[in-house]
Amino acid sequence: MEAGFLQHGRFQALLDVLHGCGYRCIGPQVRDGAIVYDALSTCRELPQGVRDLQSAGSYRLERTSGLRYFGWANGLQALKPMVFAPEETLWRVQRADDGALRFSASRPSFANLAVIGVRACDLAALALLDRHFLGTAVADPCYAARRSGMFLVAVHCSDPSGSCFCASTGDGPQASGGFDLALSELDEGFIVETGSARGADTVAGLGLEPVTASQRDAAARQIDTARARQRRGLPSRDLRAALVSNPEHPRWEQVAQRCLACGNCTSVCPTCFCHAVCDSMELDGSAGAHARIWDSCFTAGHSQIHGLTVRPDTRTRYRQWLTHKLGSWHEQFGRSGCVGCGRCISWCPAGIDITEEAAAICSGSSDG
Amino acid sequence: MTLPNPGRKPRVAVHKFSSCDGCQLALLGLGEDLLQLSTLVEFVHFAEAGPVDPGAEVDIAFVEGSIGTAADMERIREVRAKSRFLVAIGACATSGGLQALRNLAGGQAWIRAVYPRPAYVDCLATSTAVSRHVQVDFELWGCPVSSRQVTVALRALLSGVQPVEERDKVCMECKRSQMVCVMVARGLPCMGPVTRAGCGALCPGIGRDCYACYGPAENANAEALARRMEASGIPSAAVGRRFLSINSASPPFFAAGIGRMDSHD
Repeated sequence: MEAGFLQHGRFQALLDVLHGCGYRCIGPQVRDGAIVYDALSTCRELPQGVRDLQSAGSYRLERTSGLRYFGWANGLQALKPMVFAPEETLWRVQRADDGALRFSASRPSFANLAVIGVRACDLAALALLDRHFLGTAVADPCYAARRSGMFLVAVHCSDPSGSCFCASTGDGPQASGGFDLALSELDEGFIVETGSARGADTVAGLGLEPVTASQRDAAARQIDTARARQRRGLPSRDLRAALVSNPEHPRWEQVAQRCLACGNCTSVCPTCFCHAVCDSMELDGSAGAHARIWDSCFTAGHSQIHGLTVRPDTRTRYRQWLTHKLGSWHEQFGRSGCVGCGRCISWCPAGIDITEEAAAICSGSSDG
Repeated sequence: MTLPNPGRKPRVAVHKFSSCDGCQLALLGLGEDLLQLSTLVEFVHFAEAGPVDPGAEVDIAFVEGSIGTAADMERIREVRAKSRFLVAIGACATSGGLQALRNLAGGQAWIRAVYPRPAYVDCLATSTAVSRHVQVDFELWGCPVSSRQVTVALRALLSGVQPVEERDKVCMECKRSQMVCVMVARGLPCMGPVTRAGCGALCPGIGRDCYACYGPAENANAEALARRMEASGIPSAAVGRRFLSINSASPPFFAAGIGRMDSHD
């Protein structure tokens, strides 16, 4: 629901309100040549006047003369690391003096995060992660603890990158839900929408101004432009039949020739949730810890069962990734696992493009 | 193979072959943990730390260094015969090390060119991994290996289980640490996508490109990375040198590197 207009120079007031509500603000910032999410204390840390140039295997930032904070598409990671930690201890074990082992669950407490600058694709991915980690009889306690206190400030995307294809997956560029606040950034300020009661409470005291018709038109126009500017796309939102019916397509071997099986695509994918577990022990054997760490279907361990690695080569690993992400996700979650953020394209050191591979493998099939 | 409980403090030896001694520092640099370790195991041979008994029978032998001389070839067989579980540590022991570069050159010609009395230099034409000569029960890669790697492996052996092999790519550690990819964001010729994890993505963490000191990862597509580097404008010979470095004798790196070298320079 439209709440009003916030002048650009008053953006700090929004951060102050969130800090005042006890949130730890996280926002996009420039670090090591990319936009990353990090703790945000003032709006001066935001990537003002920055845009991202993304293509297969390449990510560069460039200064612009603009003053916008969010005139770029996306950074290294979406919300995944904030809710599904790359490494976290699940339980610890101690050996008592009598030799008995005592196990204890690791239940750390987490600060409530307010994340600023969330994209439509990030929200679509978060909804999928919610289903995976919370949508079963036993919710994941670590994920639930991180997720429950999270306040989300979305910004509708005005500047898609060369790798973006959210329009084709139906997940952007406009955020349609799952946020507490959503902002349309114009040169002079922000149209503020509320998506939750706490979002409305947060902006109630901000002294927002009425939104003018021309501001509303400008916001709608830049969404249309952001949609029209996207050049990539998947052949269909449901590629199940086309992928499953092509397990021996020569393209799998061709992509395996280029693929480094390094796991960068799955690591930056905002919906990939595979993990491995690993145990560590004190040197004297008196205590240990059991942790889960991000894994990838591109590692050998991912398909290792007793006495056998089911997917020993890159051809079968890439095929597993694509047929799961764009195929069997439908059975699991009722939709494809791809939200069109384009990160797997940009951050692939080999420059492999999921939209090209999917098109090649699915071409000529009835479901293309 | 796992180590059966010997019913006493396990006896440990640390042997050195052709190497710089740097991997032994993974033990010597443990600080207080070294004192604790000495209550758990008996170091019967560890020349750099004091005890010298190279012929002793041991439960666990750590072997640093490559096989570079005829005497090394003889001695590694003796070490193997006296050791229940043999762990090769470091790039020299696992791949032949930096000195395996001589495998690519006319080693004897170099010796004659450098030394006034080459007859005193008694070395083989090649430097090779320990596993080329004897059965190795476990390998720890790295130049040098870290204290963490050595203690984790040792702890597993003390618990009677096979140590877990770290075989994934450096990229997995790099991404878990939330680092920005130096290859994608800066165009650096990073070797992380083909290199074995274990260092915690040390070099990308300080903004430089991985130079593969941990050797090839499992299922390393070295040829694809080499082609990608060439496509980014790096001359073929320079790409070849990225692979023919600390772990030049490891098969995937050798295969990607050797065809790209113009000459043995």
